[in-house]
Amino acid sequence: MGEIVIEPVTRIEGHAKITVQLDDTGEVADARFHVTQVRGFERIAEGRPVHEMPSLMARICGICPVSHLIASAKACDEVLGVSVPPVATLLRRVMNLAQVVQSHSLNFFHLSSPDLLLGFDAPPTSRHILGVAERAPELARDGIALRRFGQQVIERLGGRRIHPAWVVPGGVSAPLEAAQRDAILSEVPQARARALRTLRWYKENLSSWAEETARFGNFPSLYMGLVHETGNAAYSDGSLRVVDARGRLLVDGADPRRYWEYLGEAVEPWSYLKFPYFLPLGYPEGMYRVGPLARLNVVDQLGTPEADAELAEYRARLGRYPSSSFHYHYARLIEVVHCIDMIEEILLSPEVLDHHVRAMAAVNNYEGVGVAEAPRGLLVHHYRVDEDGLVRWANLVIATGHNNLAMNRGALQVARHYIKGEQVQEGMLNRLEAVIRAFDPCLSCSTHAMGQMPLVVDIVSPDGGLVRQVCRGA
Amino acid sequence: MSDEVRTLVIDGRDVAGASGQSILSVARENDIEIPTLCHLEGLSPVGSCRLCMVEVEGTSRLVASCVTAVEEGMRVTTRSSRLLAYRRRVVELLFTERNHVCSVCVADNHCELQELARSLGATHFELAPLHPVAEVDATHERFVLDHNRCVLCGRCVRACDEIEGAHTWDIRGRGTTARLVADLGVPWGESTTCTSCGKCVQVCPTGALYEKGRSVAEAKRRRPYVPFLVARGQA
Repeated sequence: MGEIVIEPVTRIEGHAKITVQLDDTGEVADARFHVTQVRGFERIAEGRPVHEMPSLMARICGICPVSHLIASAKACDEVLGVSVPPVATLLRRVMNLAQVVQSHSLNFFHLSSPDLLLGFDAPPTSRHILGVAERAPELARDGIALRRFGQQVIERLGGRRIHPAWVVPGGVSAPLEAAQRDAILSEVPQARARALRTLRWYKENLSSWAEETARFGNFPSLYMGLVHETGNAAYSDGSLRVVDARGRLLVDGADPRRYWEYLGEAVEPWSYLKFPYFLPLGYPEGMYRVGPLARLNVVDQLGTPEADAELAEYRARLGRYPSSSFHYHYARLIEVVHCIDMIEEILLSPEVLDHHVRAMAAVNNYEGVGVAEAPRGLLVHHYRVDEDGLVRWANLVIATGHNNLAMNRGALQVARHYIKGEQVQEGMLNRLEAVIRAFDPCLSCSTHAMGQMPLVVDIVSPDGGLVRQVCRGA
Repeated sequence: MSDEVRTLVIDGRDVAGASGQSILSVARENDIEIPTLCHLEGLSPVGSCRLCMVEVEGTSRLVASCVTAVEEGMRVTTRSSRLLAYRRRVVELLFTERNHVCSVCVADNHCELQELARSLGATHFELAPLHPVAEVDATHERFVLDHNRCVLCGRCVRACDEIEGAHTWDIRGRGTTARLVADLGVPWGESTTCTSCGKCVQVCPTGALYEKGRSVAEAKRRRPYVPFLVARGQA
């Protein structure tokens, strides 16, 4: 009979809290993941010229600005009604892949590896990246180097690591120089070796996290992601595919620009983060997951040999449609390998240095939708503009939002297993945070309906009284 | 301007100018830099931005060097802690009066206001920004007017009137409600006087006037051509 509050949730991107409701017998009745920040970019965009959108919207996030650049620019491409030059499509892809590498590295090494390497019960004073660096310096070095690799690719393409203004409506603003391409290609082998080394370490230790694997958001759900016609993973283009927990195709080959035919959005009074759901199944039954785990479930194969070999092993170990959100970590590492391979493959094609990188046009359509895969999953930018090209309405459906129902369900599952009564150990609370971390939520990205994400865990009694609140400082 | 020579001292240096010549002009001829914003060589000076204020010995009042003629025996100071404080405050007032968000502005890295803030070391503001609701007028086929970025320097007004001869632009209202208006208050795209010459866009120091279709940081001015654009026959 009480409430446990964890606020803020640490080692995630943004501000949030977790509350755990206890019943009269001290058993967990409910657990909620509350996003306590609001950003409001849908409003900020109103009245601004559509050509500003990619760079304006990229300011949503310093971690995945590129995903917003891509999705936004694609929405603008549609508003302009242009055919993006093929080389610009390739270059945008490379930048988005680099972004997946750097963002996944940030989550795996900097935010999640302290739990994985040092243990969920390790003292918080050492359970961080510096603790990792002390225990396993090579792992920490690989993490920092992989993140740097991704960031440098972005810088070599767009002139800066964070918030490059290079992705523009109609293409990109400048062609790729041969020297920059060669510099990136020269760094690929080492980046690949680091990614594969980390993956090897992860696989060797997988069995030691059996309990967490079983409890961390382990339930059937739908999975949503973009795939190419070949069934390969798509990050910047592709069509929409939704599969259920047994792999049954619910949506395939669909135009993701018609997202509203598949997605509904629910609102709960206790969170700034909306709750998207798969429309045909209703709310909340239409719970689905996006991001690395979901992408590996929806694709037939990734599309590069090394990553596909890893994917085959992943499926052999975990089954064709792994359902535990703990496997986001494993999936993330395989994706890093794939993205590095894809960057190399694209940059080795001769047309990548072509100078025709931008199509110019005035406003030709009053509406545009751009969809891409952000590191955390499907990202939708949808704009309506007036005849002068000023944005009059914007809707953003962000990867973290898609996972909102599943994150809440995951928090409840962990709370039910680890929390009995009001005597809560720190390691149990850390597991509550860790299940959220597995999804790699970015709350700064995801709260625009009109936010802020350090996290609080509340334990509340049936009568609503606060029994305990655990805050960890904003 | 006559040929009569006036001798004076600027920042301790003996310099000479013609009678009627401004302090700013004489200073620049002698490579003494005074910051300006509303001033543009070739357009009539108006002394509205107050950034070119200098100290003149014998008067406690600061004078705008762009509209103050040199006088015989004048002793002028262009740099002092007092002047720096005033200039920073002017920049601060300009930044906080409208919505100047450099990171998402078309003129980022090509902006005179941004450059002034950099050169004057105006890195932080004490005044709370007003955050006014300001419109974007994108009705013109080729150009955009973003009132959020306008500093009311009036360069566009003068370039349009004095050089192009169209006099499309005026400034309406007073104080924080003042707005640049086309044809006394119609959407730019409906202006019957605008010749779409683009001179106003080229002389705009910020991201207030720019070519349509420009994305963030892309409103690069063709500054080397500006002096030719506004050059007038001078005796």
